[in-house]
Amino acid sequence: MYDMKALYEAESVEHAIQLRLEHPEAQIIAGGSDVLVQMREGKRAGKELISIYMIDAMRGVSIDEEENIRIGSLTSFSHITHDPIIQKYINVLGEAVDQVGSPQIRNIGTIGGNTCNGVTSADSASTLHAWEAIVELTGKNGVRRLPIKDFYIKAGTVDIRVDEGEIQTAILIPKSSYENTFGHYIKYGMRNAMEIASLGCSVNVRLSEDKQTIDRCRIAYGVAGPVPMRCPSAEAVANGVMPTEAMIEEFSLAALKDINPRDSWRASKAFRQHIAVEMAKRALVESIHRAGGEIK
Amino acid sequence: MFPERGKAGNMNKVGRSEVRVDAYDKATGRTKYYEDRMPANALYVRIKHSTIAHGYVTSIDKSKAEAIPGVVKVLTCFDVPDLPFATAGHPWSLDPSHQDTQDRLLLNRHVRYWGDDVAVVIAENEVAANQGVRALKVEYEELPFVLDVQKAMEDGAPQLHDAFPNNILKHTTNIKGNYAEAIKEEGLVKVEGWYETPTVQHCHIENHGCYAYMENGRIVVVASTQIPHIIRRVVGQALGRPWGDIEIIKPYIGGGFGNKQDALYEPLCAWCTTQVGGRPVRIDCSREETFVSNRVRHNIRYHIVTWVRKSDGKIAARKVDVYSNQGAYASHGHSIAAKGLNAFPQHYPVPAYEGNAWTVYTNRPAAGAMRGYGMPQASFADDANIEDCAIAIGMDPMEFRNINIMPKGFTDAFSGNTNYYDTYRECMARGAELIDYERKRKEYGHDTGNIRRGIGLGTFWYNTAVYPISLETSSNRMQLNLDGTVTMQCGETEIGQGADTAYAQMTAEAIGLKSYRDVHVISCQDTDITPTGTGAYASRQTYVAGFSIRQTADLLKEKILKYAQDVTRQSPYCMDIVDGNIIRKEDQKVLMSLKELAMTAQYNTVHSEHITAESTYTIRNNAYSFGCTFVEVEVDIAMCKAQVTRILNVHDCGKLINPALAEAQVHGGQSMGIGFGLSEQLIFDEKTGKPLNNNLLDYKLSTFMDHPRLECDFIENPEPTSPFGTKSLGEPPTCSPAVAIRNAILHATGVAINHIPINPHVLFAELTKAGLIHDSWRDEEGK
Repeated sequence: MYDMKALYEAESVEHAIQLRLEHPEAQIIAGGSDVLVQMREGKRAGKELISIYMIDAMRGVSIDEEENIRIGSLTSFSHITHDPIIQKYINVLGEAVDQVGSPQIRNIGTIGGNTCNGVTSADSASTLHAWEAIVELTGKNGVRRLPIKDFYIKAGTVDIRVDEGEIQTAILIPKSSYENTFGHYIKYGMRNAMEIASLGCSVNVRLSEDKQTIDRCRIAYGVAGPVPMRCPSAEAVANGVMPTEAMIEEFSLAALKDINPRDSWRASKAFRQHIAVEMAKRALVESIHRAGGEIK
Repeated sequence: MFPERGKAGNMNKVGRSEVRVDAYDKATGRTKYYEDRMPANALYVRIKHSTIAHGYVTSIDKSKAEAIPGVVKVLTCFDVPDLPFATAGHPWSLDPSHQDTQDRLLLNRHVRYWGDDVAVVIAENEVAANQGVRALKVEYEELPFVLDVQKAMEDGAPQLHDAFPNNILKHTTNIKGNYAEAIKEEGLVKVEGWYETPTVQHCHIENHGCYAYMENGRIVVVASTQIPHIIRRVVGQALGRPWGDIEIIKPYIGGGFGNKQDALYEPLCAWCTTQVGGRPVRIDCSREETFVSNRVRHNIRYHIVTWVRKSDGKIAARKVDVYSNQGAYASHGHSIAAKGLNAFPQHYPVPAYEGNAWTVYTNRPAAGAMRGYGMPQASFADDANIEDCAIAIGMDPMEFRNINIMPKGFTDAFSGNTNYYDTYRECMARGAELIDYERKRKEYGHDTGNIRRGIGLGTFWYNTAVYPISLETSSNRMQLNLDGTVTMQCGETEIGQGADTAYAQMTAEAIGLKSYRDVHVISCQDTDITPTGTGAYASRQTYVAGFSIRQTADLLKEKILKYAQDVTRQSPYCMDIVDGNIIRKEDQKVLMSLKELAMTAQYNTVHSEHITAESTYTIRNNAYSFGCTFVEVEVDIAMCKAQVTRILNVHDCGKLINPALAEAQVHGGQSMGIGFGLSEQLIFDEKTGKPLNNNLLDYKLSTFMDHPRLECDFIENPEPTSPFGTKSLGEPPTCSPAVAIRNAILHATGVAINHIPINPHVLFAELTKAGLIHDSWRDEEGK
């Protein structure tokens, strides 16, 4: 039995916005795999909830008229993993969210909830950062789009304007981001399932036509700082060069300059740094292989 | 892949992989656990736990909690009877010096760990109860606390219980030969180490819970427990009421692993119902509470010095010091450390042994019984040190064990246990053959790349039941039904391990029924009805129940044949019961079925008889139950991860009553062993004593994604003391996996790690120390 004050069921995006304006203190709930857990712990006990879970218009993956991949915010992890568009263009995202929790959680948990939580360990977040996803928010003044790196403000806080009744409605991957691009995500956990990432690393590359050179390399980490982060120093090492073992080594060490993992009882800073280097290496090598390239 | 296992002697109802008697109900969700029997009007009792590790409650402000709609009553540590009680699920001892330490109250003013029980809120619903708990304002006078077992023994350490100076609950020794003299021998190699195992929790699927109500002035408690008859006694003692006033009912439970071999919240629940006019009240532990405020496995630190003769590979002398971290309350206390201490010189008999064990209070959650009862800890230390000994003298570790391990014919003077077969060597030989140990021992251990393979072995010592330390008794009742089936009940409980199925098979065997399906085992124990038994623990169920089942079956059979004498005109000694029929032995002629006999006996207007039998058997035997684990690992050096790629247990637990259930026992034990070796550990904040990971996300219970296929095999040497040739298997499988993993990692990497779990943090530190990991950028950082 949950200690909730009230539950409002939104029937459409417009209705959700209206409810949010009427109940600014209320918490949005989608799949509930985070909100209900927190409520049970007493953190959100006694709160009002606005459920958006029944809004089917916010569910599913498609290609929009601008050729963006559009992922409705209510799309579940297991849906994303098995979706043909995801599998064709950005398979790594499907693989990343297939590592969330357990099968039950993956059936109920949504990508919108995963990002709106603003936590650094979210399995979708590092891949969405590495693929420069665009977050779509809908409020009383219409639609607002912003790059995912700007969506994350600080640990646990994202840019959603409650006073404008905003809810996150979709996540977009622009064509320029996914075209001819191949990536790999490594989740580091202390066990092989039912795990929260100690560190997550997502790398993707686009190779030159002859597959000899890395046209573009992007890398992002989760849990390497308070919010998911890209590594410009590492990317600079890889962009426009031929992949060699020495370059990969240099790339992985450069990542250290950009990240700032913390010491906690869950893992020491030294340990996370060590693993970060190894993960960068392995994720880049696998991305290059997936793109059809070779390491010289 | 394994050879077909033989039947036990000429018996044919045991020794078969029958389907569990409760399989269909459990698979379809029909089985009723305590929550499924809950009275609709039960009040919710929620517990306020201390948020300091040590100190006194000076006041509790109840006003806000009492004002919450739905809150019925708030009770605090200032309201409880001043009757200290012991909680351990041990049989009562008539000798006061063998009785468990009475060191806790229903709610405690002197709080001794973060999570101690200080008050309860009783409410009409769960939300109000939880709100009430949050609204209680508790003031404390804080005291210094201590978490480390050896620091707790120091002079000036924070004192937990006045009667135990230096926090030492108990200290015992075990001396054989003359250690000081023995180590003077020339040319001995000294192998010394500190070994440590962590605080872990049982993590049974069903958290502990119970409900209580009053009926005709008596208290009824329905509890998720392993030990209903013992709980009746503890509830009586804690409440200061006659034991006959208490009725405990134990329905199906979702596992226990020893945590529920303790009085957990049954006494508090029983008391709460008396405070609300006998209305039903329920206590349901959350997972977070289960981790902290139930029981845990003892964290134990061992110091071992072993002196090995290089010439013949024999151990000349051994010194073992055991420091067992008891936590805040005595619970099972020193029994755990002592079991390990006394096992060392049996497992590897040595001419000179000097052993000391201390069990010490600290400000951690109370440690109690957990599957293996100290032996997973002792086996880890023992066989890690033995492995180090073998390596120190350049001998193969299995060969070293073959030279030193308990021989056939060994008898322990205290328990009288005898090793009737060459069990250890047979188990090791079978395992080595199945896993191709010798080839892999040579092939692995030389990898130089990032992935390193290793194979390791661990052995363990175990016994069966608790004779001669405690009472061993079993009672049961059998009733011949009118359809020729038999209803049977006993005090040894089904806790998920499949005991009821084993009882059905043994009963069918002993009486001569056609099938184990003709036995209806009453799974639920009710202390008003069920013959007294002490419950499920010490891997005793099948062995101990076997005695009373055989004895009671004989009594029932005697009554059946005596009645049959009137009907068939044959003498009882010419008749037998086979496959549910009464037959004449000489010519095997079927005289009548049991159904015909039962109907005739019941409805006979001249001589009507309801045929039943009941008896108690006092067991004055114990039985060794040994085995080993072989493990293969792959260590990913750079990622600091060890993956178990193969695990194989071989056990000699006597004759198998049900081979499929036996394999399932081993699989569960291996799973628990893998978690113990690689990932599980309850962590405490050094600054506050607060547990940091008391949930199933942060506490790394291993998942099946962390397991390889679990393999096992059995050497079925019949146990001579058992009526069914069987002995313990409940706990043994979890004793040796962790040390086998440790030894496999040592083989793979050359790095001996003496504390578990060997998780990535530990591997990072140890592999770095050994030079296998070198973060060169860190050197530059230092410049």
